[in-house]
Amino acid sequence: MVKMTIEELRQQFPSLSASVNGCRLVYLDNAATAMRPRSVIEKWNDVVTNKNSNIYRAVHTTAALATKEVEDARESVKSFIGADSVREIIFTSGATASLNLLAFCAGEAFVGEGDEIIVSAAEHHANIVPWQMMCKRKGAKLKVLPVNDRGEVMVERLESLITAKTKIVSVAHISNVLGIVNPIREIADICHRNGVLLSVDGAQGIVHCNVDVKALDCDFYAFSGHKIYAAPGTGVLYGKEKLLNELPPYMGGGEMIANVKWEETTYAGLPYKFEAGTPNLAGIPTFIPALEMAVAMRSKAIIDNERGVVDYIMDELDKDSSITLFGNPKDREAKIPLFSISVKGVHHEDLALIMDKMGVALRSGQLCAEPIMDACGVTGMLRASFAPYNTVEEAEYFIKSLHRAIDMLR
Amino acid sequence: MLSLQEAKARVLEDFSMFDQWLDKYEYLIELGKNLESFPEEHKTEDRLIKGCQSRVWLNSEKRDGRLWFSADSDAIITKGIISLLIGVYSGRTPQEIASDDFAFIEELGLRENLSPTRANGLASMIATIKKTACDEQ
Repeated sequence: MVKMTIEELRQQFPSLSASVNGCRLVYLDNAATAMRPRSVIEKWNDVVTNKNSNIYRAVHTTAALATKEVEDARESVKSFIGADSVREIIFTSGATASLNLLAFCAGEAFVGEGDEIIVSAAEHHANIVPWQMMCKRKGAKLKVLPVNDRGEVMVERLESLITAKTKIVSVAHISNVLGIVNPIREIADICHRNGVLLSVDGAQGIVHCNVDVKALDCDFYAFSGHKIYAAPGTGVLYGKEKLLNELPPYMGGGEMIANVKWEETTYAGLPYKFEAGTPNLAGIPTFIPALEMAVAMRSKAIIDNERGVVDYIMDELDKDSSITLFGNPKDREAKIPLFSISVKGVHHEDLALIMDKMGVALRSGQLCAEPIMDACGVTGMLRASFAPYNTVEEAEYFIKSLHRAIDMLR
Repeated sequence: MLSLQEAKARVLEDFSMFDQWLDKYEYLIELGKNLESFPEEHKTEDRLIKGCQSRVWLNSEKRDGRLWFSADSDAIITKGIISLLIGVYSGRTPQEIASDDFAFIEELGLRENLSPTRANGLASMIATIKKTACDEQ
């Protein structure tokens, strides 16, 4: 795909031209889910219309076409994240499903009583609760790597937190609350020299970073399709092949078996061992156009636009002392255009409701990350999360609407 | 004091003066700001209305056979909504409240203009007022 300008990019996303409450929609809830380009909608439509069939087993032509779509998507994902093999790409229903699969299976394979798992203080519930559940089952302990006042994960504390009992560290590539890119390679090096595995929740990272799993040297990387413009209900768990082979299966049935006997069942090889049941055969192929779109968004014009949004919003928020921005890294390059704020004397939910009437779609509340809300001493935050197709003009409208809403509410 | 029907009609009339939802919210914000202050010691777990995204406390007292409500919330629009409700229902007999259908809420169109979680919160507020009245009958 040729490199695009931001205007050309926006034209590819039909839902960006919607209006709400008599205003032009300014969609700033991309960290929750992204808009989908026409190519993704067309792919979904094409698969459902022309290739609708269950995959793998049937010998008929339509089944072969559907199977090819899913396997082509696996190849796309493999190339996009720089994995060694398609055997390392497991399709799931989303990042949450990927992390649950991993926490369960890695728990079975590697964790015993008294062992330890470490997560950061700024994780999404999906990277906390599955580990908590596993720890409870195994009699293991969940430890927390803190973040500093700027919202940066305190990587310097990781090595001292790791003990001989530590088996797995699981951290977000980018926190969905703080919007700061974590130094995954540095964390991976610390983990590996201590014999610990590293799992990365890449739900936000896959959208805003050029993910190369080998350069990051993470052992596992989980992400959702819907945040990177693919269909909802799709997701990926990447794992190093050697490690995935050591994990037991997660769910039973469907393509995950080799032979089923009353005495004993044997399992399929990778990646099918982890893909029980009929997969999302209409959604998975949308990874192909979605990832093409993600690559096209890496043009200089679009990256410059995104950095422009970050600079503009951070400068504007800084001007108002009644606004607190959570996630303000020393190095501004590490900040993605995701801004969680609280406003003195004004409730986050009131702001979201009023700004919705002005056409601005935002998220308010605990953002699926209650522990970091508690750590920041707030009951919730207001979050604006931008995608590469959001413009500086939209950022200006956001700031204008924010001030107008604050004036109404005070 | 206005009758229950008159009080409802008044709210509907006030609300219908505004075409835009933003203006209706401004009206709710004003109601919230003007709500009588609620003692801190009343902000207890048992007065908290369950099912609201923001915190809402409701206190009720029975005097001369009538129920008197007071309330507070940490979110101003929610405070405006509960203010609107207690403005209509406070000072009524438990029988009057328990037998009311609360249909005027639908006429206000509030529910459609709240997020689903807020609409649930509104339903919880109504249910709590109703239950208090039923318990006091």
